[in-house]
Amino acid sequence: MAQPENLLYSKEHEWVKIDGDIATVGITEYAQSSLGDIVYVELPKTGAHVVQFGNIGVVESVKAVSDLFTPVGGEVVEVNAELDGDPALVNREPFAGGWMLKIRLSDASETARLLSPSAYEQLVAEEAH
Amino acid sequence: MTVASVPVKRTALYDEHRALGARLIPFGGFEMPVQYSSILKEHEAVRRRAGLFDLSHMGQFVLEGEGVAEWVDRLTINNVATIKPMQARYNIFTNARGGAHDDVIFYRLENRWLLVVNASNAGKMWKHLNERAGGSAVNLTNLHGRSALIAIQGPQALAMLAPHAGADLSALKYYFCAEASVYGRPAVIARTGYTGEDGFEIFVDGKYAVEIWRALLADNCATGLEPCGLGARDVLRLEAGMPLYGHELAEDITPLQAGLGWAVKFGKPEFLGKEALLAQQEADDFRRVAGIVMAGRAPAREGYRVFLGDRDVGEVRSGSTAPSVGNRNVATALVEPEAAVVGTAVAVEIRGTKHAATVVALPFYKRS
Repeated sequence: MAQPENLLYSKEHEWVKIDGDIATVGITEYAQSSLGDIVYVELPKTGAHVVQFGNIGVVESVKAVSDLFTPVGGEVVEVNAELDGDPALVNREPFAGGWMLKIRLSDASETARLLSPSAYEQLVAEEAH
Repeated sequence: MTVASVPVKRTALYDEHRALGARLIPFGGFEMPVQYSSILKEHEAVRRRAGLFDLSHMGQFVLEGEGVAEWVDRLTINNVATIKPMQARYNIFTNARGGAHDDVIFYRLENRWLLVVNASNAGKMWKHLNERAGGSAVNLTNLHGRSALIAIQGPQALAMLAPHAGADLSALKYYFCAEASVYGRPAVIARTGYTGEDGFEIFVDGKYAVEIWRALLADNCATGLEPCGLGARDVLRLEAGMPLYGHELAEDITPLQAGLGWAVKFGKPEFLGKEALLAQQEADDFRRVAGIVMAGRAPAREGYRVFLGDRDVGEVRSGSTAPSVGNRNVATALVEPEAAVVGTAVAVEIRGTKHAATVVALPFYKRS
């Protein structure tokens, strides 16, 4: 399973796309596949301040509740309102329509603590065994 | 550090589950499929067409002898002696406090009884029965892990199974069974299930399980039979208001608390726990299982606290998104009597926030 090349990843299976000082955050294909049918996503509100690797919400499948961690810190500037009515969008398009929130980075250097696509690919390969 | 591990057993269908891409989890001492494709897709298959389940992890005991009915009637709440040959009946083995030791189904065959117990309780139930069998005219055989159990459940189950069954299944009534054959192999076929749909449970020797499983899937794939895991099964049974041992029933949760008073036959001269249950019924002040529907989108989960106003009145025992209840989040909760009244507005605390919910009558779903 190749990982999108234009993203960075966390060990907790979140992805982040950096665009200037705005980071878009979601969970990976591997994460959605492991969780199964997603029925509820609980996210922080716009304006909330979050710290890198902090617990910022939950992603719930039919049978399980999983914590959501943010790969970067900063101010939440937008949350994906579509997930409220259609949480399964995360299953269908984890890297696109199923994005979760946008964060204005407080410290761009935090991205150095994230995984490259190839490093994340290796992590997934190890966890799958 | 040394971790004591319990050896995990496999059913006769383990390789089939692997080949079908199932996600396997330990359950009741066995490695069992929790889902094949998706819990929601499997759930939909059972509600609209049919699903195929491997339930071979469940405990199966054979009881023989003249004294079976009289003996078991003293250990359980429901009537056993009045079960007709080829009839099945739900029952609960109680402890002296009236709590549920296990909930079970008795199948009365021509010259023996088949007792199906929860996988997680199979060990303690085998012990329970053997410790109490002394002096009774009963003979016990444990088929756990040797005899397979395959369920086909859903509105199309009859049409899918009937052509391959050596019995007239359309004439088989709900909670009756037949000693017949499936694909030519000897089988007990029962019209029972745990999904809220019509369906059948097929008891066969483990050595025939694979060929029957494969044949049923191959012959019915065009009409939408899907292998289904324990995940879908749990959602289906919760919607149908059926208790799951360890959740709505336990050693410290009585049948009365679980809303199963209809099964408690106080007219029986004696049974284990009868006095405790009589006293509980008389006092009528016990916490009881209520159905609740969440107002919002956050699911209630096992262990979450339930509030009536500011007062903590109990806890959630099972909870799930319920596709057959308009995709609402439903739950069972063990709550104080005043919070169990249908229509009561309650709140469920989820991660520190109270979420509105309403008490409703069980079951959440009834097939039309």
